[in-house]
Formats: sequence, structure tokens, C-alpha cells
Amino acid sequence: MKKNQWYNNQIFPWLLPIVIVILWQVLGQLNLIKSTMLPTPFEVVEAGIRLFQTGELQENVYISTKRAVIGFAIGGAIGFLLGLFNGTILFFEKLTDTSIQMIRTIPHLALIPLVILWFGIGESAKIFLVAVGVMFPIYINTFSGIKNVDRKLIEMGKVYGMSKWQLFTNIILPGAMPNILVGIRYALGVTWISLIVAETIGSEGGIGYMATTAREFMQMDVVVLTIVLYAILGKLSDFIAKLCEQRLLKWNPAYRKN
Amino acid sequence: MFGIELQSVGKSFGNNVVLRDINLSIPKGSFTAIVGKSGCGKSTLLRVIAGLENVTSGSLAYTDEEAKKSNIRIMFQDDRLLPWKSILKNVAIGGVGMKEAEEALEKVGLDGKKDAWPDELSGGQKQRVALARALASKPDVLLFDEPLGALDALTRMEMQHLIEGLWQEQKFTSILVTHDVSEAVHLADRVIVLDEGGVQMEQQIDLPRQRERDEKFTSYEKNILDKIVGG
Repeated sequence: MKKNQWYNNQIFPWLLPIVIVILWQVLGQLNLIKSTMLPTPFEVVEAGIRLFQTGELQENVYISTKRAVIGFAIGGAIGFLLGLFNGTILFFEKLTDTSIQMIRTIPHLALIPLVILWFGIGESAKIFLVAVGVMFPIYINTFSGIKNVDRKLIEMGKVYGMSKWQLFTNIILPGAMPNILVGIRYALGVTWISLIVAETIGSEGGIGYMATTAREFMQMDVVVLTIVLYAILGKLSDFIAKLCEQRLLKWNPAYRKN
Repeated sequence: MFGIELQSVGKSFGNNVVLRDINLSIPKGSFTAIVGKSGCGKSTLLRVIAGLENVTSGSLAYTDEEAKKSNIRIMFQDDRLLPWKSILKNVAIGGVGMKEAEEALEKVGLDGKKDAWPDELSGGQKQRVALARALASKPDVLLFDEPLGALDALTRMEMQHLIEGLWQEQKFTSILVTHDVSEAVHLADRVIVLDEGGVQMEQQIDLPRQRERDEKFTSYEKNILDKIVGG
């Protein structure tokens, strides 16, 4: 890898997004793009400031983030535990893996009509959808991570007198960690996608609610603002996941900072 | 310390007979080498002694009643270091304290690397860490499964000296599996030639340590090689 190239720094990756935003602003101001079709970045920022002053922005972001966190925690915990048990105990694998693989192939957003009938359109429906979406990527990656831990290292651990618990904490879990983290990063993407869809169906509060209301009043700037908000929140959660990777995988030369 | 007694030990995987009727007495504190062509069953024999495989027939006993399997350590062909642990923590596994781990690292001359990650070390250094890890728990029996096979000639000679010195100092019962006859003659009190799963020859090596490649050395070497190749 060439590390000393002029483009290998913190700023360069932001060049393209910045150029696009500037271009978008210029085209909007020249009226080449009508603001009823797509408001300019400046108008979007203005809408953001307006909603911030009324307090709507913070409140809705808070509601959405709360749903995302709760749904992710529930789905992630279930997926992780299932992966753990199925990866380590053959009985559980034989019992449940086939069924899980079957259910996994159903797009979880196809469950929306069913979820509405079960839970109505309240909080639990949204959290349920997020949890279901998150569960499978975490399950699959935890499971395959554990399955792919080097058998030779486990054998070494046994010869060197490790207890089952020590084998798990010293060899199996750290060995599976790179895969588990891939699952987490993927699942974070799924979290926001599920939430966007769930919140536009019918809800009180949340970014999706903001978008639907704005659409009804033809507030294009707010509609675009909500899209930007989702993008920012998605990028932010990915950033946090990346920090976790750098901390937990610092033994791996690919993640080590020199 | 304890020795190991094998009585007509046999091992097969399905219809594939790997070991047949092996009678061996391994005195405590001795250094035994097992040589033979690849596929002769020497690694399987080591795994049986380590308790990683059960015998199909016959019996395996440790001469000391008090002896436990937990006092046996193996040095593998590959280093099998845990990539996510520092060198010191790699040595301090399985109930070994940090102080013992540091002492063991000192013995192999790598105490300066204790905070490094395994992938920052060379192949020879990694095998030295693996040796330190094996020694840290003060084992009664140390089994070597071709641990030097992947090293270059110079590093291998260094490691042989290191192993010999530590064995003379601590007198753990040692069994070395190798395909390198010269290495076997260099290190062992007794060389056992295995062929098609059976003991074909037992050869005492009566040479003073440290051994030089003199006439006697080469005659032992030739004798054993002839047996392996000639069958």
C-alpha cells in the first residue's frame, strides 16, 4: 500500500461531497433547479435553524435516536446470543439454524402489515421492526465468526489447561470479534433504513414523522432536511462503530495506527 | 516429573490403522526423539501421549500416581500464539502468573519484546515465545511436534541449543517428534524409529553434550537414516 500519496489524508475524502453541495447551491441560485423540486443547501440549512429554534428538530431527532438505540439493543442482543449458542453448542445449531436461515430470507419490511395488526402504529411496532432487521446480520456474523475461529488455537488452549470459560473469553470471543464487528456495522445501516420506513407509516414524533408532515404541507426544505438528518445519523453511528473496531482490533495490523 | 509407559498401544481412525502394538517406556527426565517418514504415525503418537487422542487398544500410563495431564505441554509445529494478546500475555495463559511469564521470556531472551504483538515478531522469535509459554508452567512433560521444521537452518541451531540448555537445567521429560535425524541425534538420549505405525528401531545415543558432528555422531546418524530409508 502506498501510504504517502497526496490523497491519503483526512480531508481528501470530503472533497467530492463539498463540490457536489457547492454545485447544487449554484444550480439552485441560477434557477436551473427549481426550489419546489429541490431546495438549495442554504434553504435546507435555514429550515434546520428554524426547526432548531422551535425545538422541533432536537425533539424529533431524540425520539428517532431513542427508537434506534432500543431496537438495536434488543435485536443485537438476541442475534448475538443466538449466534453464540449456535456457534458453540451443536445441539442448538441443529435445533434452530435451519429455521433462522429460513426466516432470514423474508425482507423484514414485508412484515409491516402484520406488525401494524399486531402492535398498532405505536412505539413497539417501530422498535420491533428495527430489532428484527438488526437481529439477522448480527446473528450470521457472530455465528460464522465463532465457527471460523482457528481450531488449532482452541486445541492449544485445551492443552495449556484453559477452562471452558477461559477458552471462550481468551480465544473464541476475540477470534470472532472481527466478524461480530462487521455484523454490527452492517446492522447499524439496517437500523436507520428500518426506522425511516417505520416512521413514515404513521407515528407521533421522529424524523420520519417530520418528513411526512412536511410533505403534506409541501415544505420541500424540511423534506430534504430529514433526508440529510438520516444521512448524518447513519454516518455518525458508522463512525462510532469504526472507533470500536480500532479499539477492539488494535492487535490486527490492518486496524493499527502507526 | 514423571515418566510414561505405553503398553501395546494401537490407534486407528476407522479402518485406517495408524499405530500398532507400541511398547515404550519413557523414563522421567529423559529426552526421547521419534523419527520416521511422513505418515508413519509419529505425530499421532505424540497426540496420544498428550491425551489429545484416545488409544484404540492397549494402555497409556504415567509412572507417577500423582501425575496429571495438566502437567503436559506441547510445542506445536506452528507457534499458535494468540494474535490478540501481547507477548507477555501469550505466555501467561492457563493459570500462569505474570511473574513466571516474565521469567520464562527472559530464559528465551525475549523479555524486551513482552509488550509487542505476535505479528511484529519473526518466525524464530515466535517459536521462542511458544517455548517460553510451554516452560512457564514448569511442565513435567514437554512434547515437541516438529517445532523447528519451519525455521531456517541458523535459527534452528540456536533453538536446539536453547532447548537442550533448558532441558538440562529443568529436566522435564521430553519427547521430540522430528523428520530431521541430525536434530534427533543432536538432542536425544534415545532415538525411536517409527515405520507404518510400529516401532522399528530403538537407538541409545551415548555421546557427551554438547554434541559435535564428529565421526560417532555421523555413524549414529547414518545408522538411523539407513533404517528409515531401508525399512
